[in-house]
Amino acid sequence: MTRLPLALGFVVLATLPLWMPGTYYVNIASQILFYAIFALGVNVLAGYAGLVSLGHAGLFGIAAYAGGKAITAGYGHSVVAVIALAATLVTAAVFAVLALRGTGLGFVMITVALGQIVWGVAYRWISITNGDNGITITGRPMPFGLSLASPRSFYWATLVVFLAALASMTVFVASPFGASVQGTRDQPRRMNALGYHVWMIRFLAFLFSGFWSGVAGLLYLYYNQFVSPQVVALTASAEALLMVISGGTATLLGPIVGAALVVVMKNVASAYIERWNFVLGAIFVVIVVFMPDGLVPGTVRLARWARSSLLGG
Amino acid sequence: MSLWLVLAVNSITLGGLLFLLSSGFSLIFGLMKIPNLTHGSFFMLGAYLATSLIAYGLDFWTSAVLGGLGVALFGGIVERFILRRLAGAELAQVLVTLGLSFMVADVCLMVWTGDPIRIATPAALRGAASFAGLGFPKYRLAISLIAVVFAAGLWALLDRTQLGAMIRAGVDDAAMARVVGIRVSRLFTIVFCLGAWLAGFAGVIGGPILSVYPGLDGEMLPLALVVVILGGSGSLLGSLVGSFVVGFLYNFGQAMFPELAYVVLFLPMLIVLVLRPQGLFGRPAV
Repeated sequence: MTRLPLALGFVVLATLPLWMPGTYYVNIASQILFYAIFALGVNVLAGYAGLVSLGHAGLFGIAAYAGGKAITAGYGHSVVAVIALAATLVTAAVFAVLALRGTGLGFVMITVALGQIVWGVAYRWISITNGDNGITITGRPMPFGLSLASPRSFYWATLVVFLAALASMTVFVASPFGASVQGTRDQPRRMNALGYHVWMIRFLAFLFSGFWSGVAGLLYLYYNQFVSPQVVALTASAEALLMVISGGTATLLGPIVGAALVVVMKNVASAYIERWNFVLGAIFVVIVVFMPDGLVPGTVRLARWARSSLLGG
Repeated sequence: MSLWLVLAVNSITLGGLLFLLSSGFSLIFGLMKIPNLTHGSFFMLGAYLATSLIAYGLDFWTSAVLGGLGVALFGGIVERFILRRLAGAELAQVLVTLGLSFMVADVCLMVWTGDPIRIATPAALRGAASFAGLGFPKYRLAISLIAVVFAAGLWALLDRTQLGAMIRAGVDDAAMARVVGIRVSRLFTIVFCLGAWLAGFAGVIGGPILSVYPGLDGEMLPLALVVVILGGSGSLLGSLVGSFVVGFLYNFGQAMFPELAYVVLFLPMLIVLVLRPQGLFGRPAV
């Protein structure tokens, strides 16, 4: 029953650049895709592991900065990808060791602090990061000799990465590892008593989450050809979390819907009003107060209620 | 006056400001168990309100008290009408305070524009006082004095009054405090307003040194977080010691390693987290 909508969704996504009028919308679709990858990564922790991180923009940004530095140093694109992802994984490991000293709100506070360190380094360590001016790169990679310079081809490349991320999430959720991550969220003590290494499970979940955040950061770099401290600001971490929460935590589809919502809102809002931060904050407050389980589960609940009341059930 | 002495005086001043900011943050965290991410916004909002009051013709100290009161009123509304709706859902409360901080920042940008505003030093405290042949800026000494007075006042409030005893009981065990008849939810409002007032007041008296500009909230909030993680939540002594440690680290770090000031600041926090997760003066979680 769920297969048909999935296949339809895939066809729509794959053919999108063919029927979408104008490159502007294709570019927005690319943004939605790489932010969705980021949100899926954040969701591993915030949703499945129950560990809310407000420092993930740091991981996203580390990948972008490491990639930018590697490109300006003259490395080839495959080496750049390896360097960027390795840097992200190392940083994620350090973040995880420190942040996992706390759970719940302690974890939130530590990740805020860690994210701010990355921001401080990006902003102040001018000899490395070029401070507020950021790092500009030129050129996108050419996998298998295909140029990604045009918005369309970049969209398709991003889609391939996005589908890989989605597939890995599907496997993750269904796997014993995914089940044990959710176990550490719901019943850490019992998991411990059952012989699971709770800390190690959370650590690995952090790395998995960090990996996809890094991939998204690298795509961001190639898309914008530019990275600046704004990318690692607390607002960016909050946006990522908003994507996850608005769509619905611990669901596969939720973060994707949330990413689409936030990216579209951001582009629409910035076209009509200057006050994106106000809108972001207001959405945050409204969703948390009135729809705590997110839009997707919230809508599902609403639809079920509507159906049962229509059918008189 | 040597560079080191200047740095030390600046460190003590910043420590004093941070104490005003973080003592409220720490009390709120200790009692309500939420890191209030609007606390930096309270600091900035207080300073902005005071610039308008001063422009309206009020004097500095009246503006500082009234600016603080404006922020306390806002804090009270937030606590009573938003945070209370989410009682028990700590994570939701934190996210709401984060969302509110974005809204406050944007409203401040809209009302007071993006240009930094300097608050003039009160006339009586301009210039320097000399001790033992060295000149110290009067205003910075005054801030240190204010911090000391507030530290003593808060200590007396918490340690010597019935309200303080009730707050301490709430920090230790909110459920048990309710059982013995303490209206913990009213304490929440009181402590939240008090913390907001302190933060707003600190923003105003910090104005002549730091000025007020967009992004001030985002700079102060991590400092308050570091203070509380270092000192331990809910502990007045912890926030006092933590504030001065951070004050010194920040100023000396910026002078000696300008590019790595943030790393110098956060490194001790990380070490404390690894060795003593409850903070230097915090009690381990039960």
